[in-house]
Amino acid sequence: MKAMIIKEFRQLRRDRRTLAMMIVMPVILLVILGYAASFDVSRIPTVVAGPSARQVAATLPRPFELVGTVPAAQAQPELRDGHAAVAIVTGGARPVVLIDGSQLFTARAAQQALATLARTGPASAARGLTPAAASVRVLYNPGLKTSDIMIPGIAGVILVFVGTVITSLGVVRERQSGTLEQLAVMPLRPRDVFLGKITPYFAVAAVDLAIVLAVGVAVFGVPFRGSAAVFALGALLFVFVTLGIGVLISSVSQNQGQAIQLAIMTLLPQVLLSGLIFPLSSMVAGVRWIAYLLPLTYFNEIARGVMLRAEPLTALWQPFCYLALLGAVVVTLATLRFRAFLAPAPRATAVPAPASGPVLAGSREQS
Amino acid sequence: MRAGQPARAAHQAERGQAERGQAAGGQAGWGLSGVSVRYGQSLALDGVTVRAAPGRIAAVVGGDGAGKTTLLRCAAGALPPSRGQVRTPGIREIGYLSPAGGIYPDLTVEENLGFRAAAYGLRAAQARQRVAEYLDRTGLAAAHGRLAGNLSGGMRKKLGVVAAMLPGPALLVLDEPTTGVDPVSRADLWWLIAQAAAQGAAVLLSTTYLDEAQRAGHVLVLDAGRPLASGTPAEIVAAVPGAIRPLPARPVDPGQRRLAWRRASQWRIWDPPGVPGTARALRPDLQDAVVVAALAREQARVTGAGAGAGAGASAGGGAGS
Repeated sequence: MKAMIIKEFRQLRRDRRTLAMMIVMPVILLVILGYAASFDVSRIPTVVAGPSARQVAATLPRPFELVGTVPAAQAQPELRDGHAAVAIVTGGARPVVLIDGSQLFTARAAQQALATLARTGPASAARGLTPAAASVRVLYNPGLKTSDIMIPGIAGVILVFVGTVITSLGVVRERQSGTLEQLAVMPLRPRDVFLGKITPYFAVAAVDLAIVLAVGVAVFGVPFRGSAAVFALGALLFVFVTLGIGVLISSVSQNQGQAIQLAIMTLLPQVLLSGLIFPLSSMVAGVRWIAYLLPLTYFNEIARGVMLRAEPLTALWQPFCYLALLGAVVVTLATLRFRAFLAPAPRATAVPAPASGPVLAGSREQS
Repeated sequence: MRAGQPARAAHQAERGQAERGQAAGGQAGWGLSGVSVRYGQSLALDGVTVRAAPGRIAAVVGGDGAGKTTLLRCAAGALPPSRGQVRTPGIREIGYLSPAGGIYPDLTVEENLGFRAAAYGLRAAQARQRVAEYLDRTGLAAAHGRLAGNLSGGMRKKLGVVAAMLPGPALLVLDEPTTGVDPVSRADLWWLIAQAAAQGAAVLLSTTYLDEAQRAGHVLVLDAGRPLASGTPAEIVAAVPGAIRPLPARPVDPGQRRLAWRRASQWRIWDPPGVPGTARALRPDLQDAVVVAALAREQARVTGAGAGAGAGASAGGGAGS
């Protein structure tokens, strides 16, 4: 047994990437999760609409945070387009409080805050917002069902899994089996190899996505209110990014073990920090900026926006642009890495013509 | 990374020129000239020149770590040299059997060859005809539907060679095509290789078997990345310095032991030139010539530097035994 332990330690010492992951990753995860793992919502972006908007806005209590005053007709579109989580519409017999149910934790926090107002009652104008005095309506996810907000996000996680984890294995397997070297000397352009490599995974990811959505809608009753074309475009961009990450990982990994480690390192932060589980607004600024670098963050916005709120493409231009930018960066890097591996840069220089005739031991006429 | 693009373009341009000048290249042959390859601090090839002429077989021989694979990777375009010149035809005109074989274990024999044919742009009918012919000739026809991963080692090698030959390349680069293969399969493989040469391909292959190298038109012997001997097998044998004689048993004297090696059940010893009283008792073959070349280099090193001993046995063991 001693010999076995020594052998394992020696192997572990030489596999520095694994060793670093074992030591550094728990610390990083602990720090990030410590700042990210919070369901507490400290601010609720709110728009106020209607003739008494200014008075209500002036006395808006915390955690409601004014993001603007708009005409009454604009209140619901502000929620639909994700500009606010709560809209207060004045001017009727009693104010109407609209809550975006697709932002589950924020919606629950808003309901809780309104209930607290009813008990404590700070300002007179704000007092009119309590459930007793105002009409409260939860839109897009009236039952505040967890499955309605989780399934669009889980579809994204599955796409990350297929796109990144499986793809990274597929390419690194070629490297390990020695067939990538064969590809390098075949008349295939690196772009052909790259696209040829990812296309089947792309198809599998598309089928996976269709299955997840079908099950989500049919079994869990998740609504699909928006445009399928907008959703498909977002999914296409997202899959492109995840496949690019997969190829990038495989190009820097020597074996399948390393590829899996790196793929998990990209998967885990996406699950934890993309807003799938913990609301982005609850994260501290530093961690939130990491979230903005993750493609799943933008896919979540698109998927929830389209499926639950029927957001049009014009309202989703920002996540689309960020996804496209991420895709361009990742795929360019992956293609360059792939190209470098498939066609190593030559450094040949001309030398005199070869010597002829037999050359035997100790002679260096040829060099 | 940024430098890779123009360098690749230059490499492709060089290949393109070679392709355009194929007639000239065909006459002069393809190959390496003064090529050195460095992996970090280690010099894997040091000023090596080898030529592969159309219709001829050139063999690179040497022990483990001699630099054979590095040389062939350069010749196939898989590895850029640190120094020197590589002359190859266009990429479509190179058939390469890599050390790993370049065969997908999870594809069938037919699927592997189909992929190779498609990648090289062979027309479907042409590909079908060639695949059928090669499979028939190599005895792989019965296994056409089997996964390559389930083939025996010899069958996999045959498949690798067939895949390299399938496009009908002008330059066929084969890395140890017969290593680990049974004698019958070796004969089949040599038939295939000879067939490719007969059809006009320049064949550059590596082998650890000197009896196989004897069949080649040109032989390059590598030792620790440096050329030890090169020429036709007859030229290399004719250039053996000194004499070789049989010994009844392993010599006791350490000085003699450094110059002795075992062939089958017999011992042989090399008498360097100028040793008085020696007679050419044995007619050397290529195996003896390679061993002697290694011993001569070692002796020159020892004499020149005044240090080191005992490498004769390893050179003999590596290349000749």
